[in-house]
Amino acid sequence: MTIAPERLEEVGPHFEHHGPEPTGIFKWLTSTDHKVIGKNYMYTSLVFFFIAGLMAELIRTQLFAPNNHVVSPQTYNELFTIHGSIMLFIFAGPFVFGGFANFLIPLQIGAPDMAFPRLNALSYWLFLTGSITMLLGFLTASGAAAFGWVAYAPLSDATYSPGAGPDLWIVSVALVGFSGIFTAVNLVTTIFYLRAPGLTMFRMPVFTWNMLVTGILILISFPVLTAALIMLYADRHFGTHIFSVRGGGVPVLWQNLFWFFGHPEVYILALPYFGIVSEVLPVFSKKPIFGYKGLVFATLAIAGLSTGVWAHHMFTTGTVLLPFFSALSLLIAVPTGIKIFTWIGTIWRGNLDFKTPLVFAIGFIIAFTMGGITGVMLASPPIDFYTHDTYFVVAHFHQVLFGSAVFAGFAGFYYWYPKLTGRMYRENLGKVHFWLTFIGFNVTFLPQYLLGLRGMPRRIAEYGPSDGFTFLNEVSTIGAYITAIAFVVFLYNFWVSWRKPIPAGDNPWDGHTLEWATSSPPPSHNFHKLPPIRSLRPTWDMNHPDHADWRVRQEEATAKRASQVESTR
Amino acid sequence: MRTESRIYVGIGAFFVLIVAIYFLWSGDSGNSIFLVASALLGIMPGLYLGWWSRNMSPRPEDVEDVTPDEIRGEVGYFPTYTIWPFVLGMGVFLTALAFVFGEWTAVIGMGFVVSAAIGGTLSSKPNVSRHV
Amino acid sequence: MRSDAIDDFVCRQTLSASSKFKLGRLFKVGGLVLGSSVMLGACNLPTFAINRGATTQGRATFHLFQLFVIISIPVLLSVFVPLTWAIIRYRKKDNSIPKQTHSSIPIEVTYTIIPILIVVFLFVVTVQVENKVTAVSAHPNLRVNVVGFQWGWKFNYPAFGVTKVTQGVGGSSVYPQLVLPKGETTTIHLTSNDVVHGFYIPQFDFSRYALPGVNNYFDFTPNQTGTFIGRCSQLCGLYHSEMLFTVKVITPSQFNTWISQQSHSTIGA
Repeated sequence: MTIAPERLEEVGPHFEHHGPEPTGIFKWLTSTDHKVIGKNYMYTSLVFFFIAGLMAELIRTQLFAPNNHVVSPQTYNELFTIHGSIMLFIFAGPFVFGGFANFLIPLQIGAPDMAFPRLNALSYWLFLTGSITMLLGFLTASGAAAFGWVAYAPLSDATYSPGAGPDLWIVSVALVGFSGIFTAVNLVTTIFYLRAPGLTMFRMPVFTWNMLVTGILILISFPVLTAALIMLYADRHFGTHIFSVRGGGVPVLWQNLFWFFGHPEVYILALPYFGIVSEVLPVFSKKPIFGYKGLVFATLAIAGLSTGVWAHHMFTTGTVLLPFFSALSLLIAVPTGIKIFTWIGTIWRGNLDFKTPLVFAIGFIIAFTMGGITGVMLASPPIDFYTHDTYFVVAHFHQVLFGSAVFAGFAGFYYWYPKLTGRMYRENLGKVHFWLTFIGFNVTFLPQYLLGLRGMPRRIAEYGPSDGFTFLNEVSTIGAYITAIAFVVFLYNFWVSWRKPIPAGDNPWDGHTLEWATSSPPPSHNFHKLPPIRSLRPTWDMNHPDHADWRVRQEEATAKRASQVESTR
Repeated sequence: MRTESRIYVGIGAFFVLIVAIYFLWSGDSGNSIFLVASALLGIMPGLYLGWWSRNMSPRPEDVEDVTPDEIRGEVGYFPTYTIWPFVLGMGVFLTALAFVFGEWTAVIGMGFVVSAAIGGTLSSKPNVSRHV
Repeated sequence: MRSDAIDDFVCRQTLSASSKFKLGRLFKVGGLVLGSSVMLGACNLPTFAINRGATTQGRATFHLFQLFVIISIPVLLSVFVPLTWAIIRYRKKDNSIPKQTHSSIPIEVTYTIIPILIVVFLFVVTVQVENKVTAVSAHPNLRVNVVGFQWGWKFNYPAFGVTKVTQGVGGSSVYPQLVLPKGETTTIHLTSNDVVHGFYIPQFDFSRYALPGVNNYFDFTPNQTGTFIGRCSQLCGLYHSEMLFTVKVITPSQFNTWISQQSHSTIGA
């Protein structure tokens, strides 16, 4: 039986520093501290989120009226290509596995830093330069890449997309991809080798679990993308014919390679945000996560299944085994459903404190459930034949990805903001941010389902007045503007808390996991002392000894033993 | 260590199952290669971790009721600040840009990469900060 | 035939649809029993804004989609009702600490098993409809070769030597018309000359990629006359949004008259 812990354990002697720590710009350039790098990642990806968001506003403005000419068709194609590429490669992924994970994983497992701090710094610099490269395309004579974020060959080859813009896109995605691989290596190694004493695998916070699985998924899928990019570059410049029919190549191979990366990528973007929600809900319900082991196995199941479903993006190519990919795609709904019910089980009979993080987390559940259900529909090939590449799909993946990256992402941002900065955001502004986002989000994307059912294809720069798309597009555009206002409120909140700081304290939310056991912001190398780790929630155990998890478990075990003795009599 | 090993082996085993079903059903060798590679990616580190877990005593982080007396040894060496990752990053960036703008950026970039390699190696004597 | 009559006809068709699915009889029998009862009900249900499908294949898709939407309603409620209840009922009132529930095996097993059953059912009905929609007739009444190119379509009736093709590029294009006889099965042979295009007819509830180097075959059996718009669904470059065409479904006798009047030219519209 576990031994009741009684005292804080000393981590060990502290650090000798040679010379003063650099400050300002030099700190930013030279730091290998996971907290500094994590924040760099977070703020960089947020800046790119706003840039790509502005592109989305331009896209929506163009679609506001039929035969609109706000931007030319060429510019329109560039805008949605770079919008999608930034949101998927530069915002949604790095925001969480470069930002949150970098900052939080060592804190949550009681480690002094990531396993490879210098590699970690390198991955940030590759990420930053890759992200800038993505925007450089707009400065070239022939414009940025204009073949959609999926870059289907042969549209992306040198014949149909000449110029430097597509090459910059390839280089950008490759740099960001390498950065992702390095981060994944770092995450998996850190989680396997740097956990605090007593922190067994099945005592890791759910966010850490999800990041581990995300890391493994990155290691499976990102190299495939890098390989595909090299092939595409070779086709463009070295005269190979891997993807071009004329030289005996196979265009569909690009789609297979891309989606073999692309579908795990969708879960690489989603799983970390599931993890954030699984951290926020218990804390604001004052309860442990419901069905922890079930949740962990559901996450592993998603990881496995997500790598076997890539061809459901290719149902309409007529070249894939429909029942196999349909079956696996439908099956993935089961572990995802388990997660949603787990979250409801967590808040059930809790003591719900409706602070901004909890509100955003619930917004996520609503958005994700709707997007998930339409995802099940799209897993059925006949329905996919009808809705493939229409606004139905656009609405589906925005509900899932916007739901994850924005609702869950900002739930996490508000939740850990005190830990990141030592300051508190303004609660009222946070709520306004939520409601505007929630209204704007639904007004933007719900009409797009109807547009898709009426047959509006995605990525069209214009539609006709007689198509019957006008009204729904107007509504959708207005929704996009409301969402934009929401983020002005967010920036204002950020600015206010920066100019007029309110100290947050080390543990403002009565948090459960180890990051709340250190100061806000945490010191260099994170912990001077660690609470003893005897359960999933060491900080909770320390602050609530009467309700500590190890005590509950012990009492349960005692009661079970007593009843066994009773029955044998 | 055993759980870590089981995660990887489990993922590998899952892909073995999937590739068996997929290959027998579709006869498609191209896509099956992806899945075989994924299976190996799970099995190889899984067996490595499994071998270590058999041949070493449980680490403190694998023991549920570990006491402070059982914890000994260094956790590792963690630098606090160094310029070389930045230099290396810029070098890789400039080298990569050569694929778009021509070889001249690679000349500058490789200079950065080489200096970062030398500088980084020389400066990584573990005496800046120790974590015991 | 009015649409209700067509519906009844199609409902019966759906019932008697035979499955090509080779994994086993178990799925087939179970699927027919489960699927038919729901499909029968689906005939008098709202459309949920889904196109009804102007071909027998499209109509099958429509009914499948309806079924998915209907099943999604209780699933959605099973999340939203408890969520709403929890938000209202368990709002913070004091600083008390609620009971620390860690897990409940019966509940967890329930929310694992029920989704699995739903998914298996959805898979079985999906496979049935999928086989119907993707079936290619060995002896179609008509064959049409469709080629996508930047930025237009070419429709070729090989048996009659008639070709219709988009004239011009961009906003000033003249769009071609694909003419099909009602009630007869047409096999479309689809390919592409350059990049990937999407041959998409929303009213037929169907799309298929036109891939360079790949020959795709599928059948349309239109069940109502009329003119329907067709689009390119897969991004194919600058004038992707302008890659339109129309599909005109006429009676077989009208079709015979029309095709005999066509010169062997390649004029659009």
